Amino acid sequence: MSGLEHLRADFPVLQREIGGKPVHFLDSAASSQKPTSVLEAMDDFYRCCYANVHRGAYALSVESTERYEAARSRVASFINASDPTQVAFARGATSALNLIAHGWGGEHLRPGDRVLLTEMEHHANLVPWQMVAARTGARLDFVPLTDDYRLDLEALEQKLDDDVAVVGVTGMSNVLGTIPPIPRIAEAARTVGALLVVDGAQLVPHQPVDVQTLGADFLVFSAHKMLGPTGIGALWGRPERLEEMEPYEGGGEMIADVQLHTSTWAAIPHRFEAGTPPIAEAVGFAAAVDYLDKVGMDQVAAHDADLTAYALQLLAEIPHVTVYGPADVDARGGVISFTMADVHPHDLATILDQQGVSVRAGHHCAKPLMRRLCVPATARASFYVYNTRTDVDALVEALGVASRIFGVG
Amino acid sequence: MSLEELYREVILDHYRNPRHRKPLDRADAHAEGVNPLCGDEVTVELAVTDGRISDVAAIGQGCSISQSSASMMTDAILGKTVEEVRDLIQRFKAMMDIDHEADLGLDPDRPGAVLGDLEALQGVRRYPVRIKCANLPWTTLAQALDQLSAS
Ligand SMILES: Cc1ncc(COP(=O)(O)O)c(C=O)c1O
Repeated sequence: MSGLEHLRADFPVLQREIGGKPVHFLDSAASSQKPTSVLEAMDDFYRCCYANVHRGAYALSVESTERYEAARSRVASFINASDPTQVAFARGATSALNLIAHGWGGEHLRPGDRVLLTEMEHHANLVPWQMVAARTGARLDFVPLTDDYRLDLEALEQKLDDDVAVVGVTGMSNVLGTIPPIPRIAEAARTVGALLVVDGAQLVPHQPVDVQTLGADFLVFSAHKMLGPTGIGALWGRPERLEEMEPYEGGGEMIADVQLHTSTWAAIPHRFEAGTPPIAEAVGFAAAVDYLDKVGMDQVAAHDADLTAYALQLLAEIPHVTVYGPADVDARGGVISFTMADVHPHDLATILDQQGVSVRAGHHCAKPLMRRLCVPATARASFYVYNTRTDVDALVEALGVASRIFGVG
Repeated sequence: MSLEELYREVILDHYRNPRHRKPLDRADAHAEGVNPLCGDEVTVELAVTDGRISDVAAIGQGCSISQSSASMMTDAILGKTVEEVRDLIQRFKAMMDIDHEADLGLDPDRPGAVLGDLEALQGVRRYPVRIKCANLPWTTLAQALDQLSAS
């Protein structure tokens, strides 16, 4: 036990009962619940000092701008960025990845270049590259997985040659939980001069991340998966890479000067933030990382590892349950995909829901990975700071109900 | 309502032993349905002789609700006229319509009450997110019928 059981009380949704049962929320990989401190930070901000940012000379706008920029600094310090200007706010990981693919890739990829991704990418780190490859003549290539669901690093090194312009990899798989060794991949990418893009949508909420040692050129993540609000995420980039990237959207806020026919861009990171940004959401994002830092990211990771080890052990004892992901908790995070005999994951999810256990069922926005695993879908349980062993016990018990109804075993 | 009423014996039987799953050698109509949200897939093939469904296949993958609905559907439409099948689609959809009737009890006078095995799917109405699973084969069947009338 990791001693975070008291945190559950900070999350109002988890105090609810649904159908007379407590909520065993095991879908944080899709989106996390929010602590009171985040809700209050956003509410207070709207009540005390809301106005548009970077526009008015009046007191409210000045204050609002300060709070927005303070949020940027706070998110930057959370990942140990050396300067807040290295962080641009985006709508989420998806829009940040689109910005990188179109703004950097669309500008610099040439016919014959290769973009090296992995077989376990979320559609968000695949589809934008498909779009840009079609436009630029670049080709996509994929690093396979090993039989124990890890990234095949030997294959990665074999595939890395001077034609590879971009390596794009998830920091933690939202299906398998696999955490590939980013610093080692970064070193390999550097030897061929390839840009390294890390999709941190699952990694950043669950593990301590220091961009000064990570070795990536770009890192993206979404606030809503790390106790913060929807509608905002962050793009961190090395300053020289951010300078090389073209804005993807034009409009207000992102310009230095506008003539009728041409414009010049504002400095980074503002050139990537066209239009009125999600201001209160930035404030909520900062409150979320405050909360996580107060718990301590090492603690968060240890708590995930404890629950994951506990769950993997119990699931292994249930006949006909197959888990897709590394067995070794050091190589993975708290995302567990599984199937049970011939019970379809949607049926599992319905039955589990009736026992108060919320899990996700489906392809998890990773259809190529589902094909690689030879399953149409999986059920997925994922953990966060507010989960306890009681939630895992409820999952296991509910799986017993499912196996009884379907006559498995 | 308990889960046992959703997952009736007959549903699990059709799920595990689906009827008419073999592609037809000669199909007069062929339609493919997918549920992009959950990935359920059903392909419906029809052969029509003298205005009647003389052969049918439903091939697919997905949850027990979509696949058992497809299997029961093939049993229900074989030998029926195209008109009768259209009527059956109407009645099935009416049975699955939660807005149709506030009462979710298993009322013997409901429009679906003469649907035989298919009535086992009434329990799905309690689980609104699963209704589209039950309906998928029927929507696909309707597309196949539209092809027949178009050709
Ligand atoms: C690994 C991974 N990448 C990207 C995303 C996309 O994040 P968002 O939907 O917040 O843009 C997700 C979330 O579903 C994810 O799990």
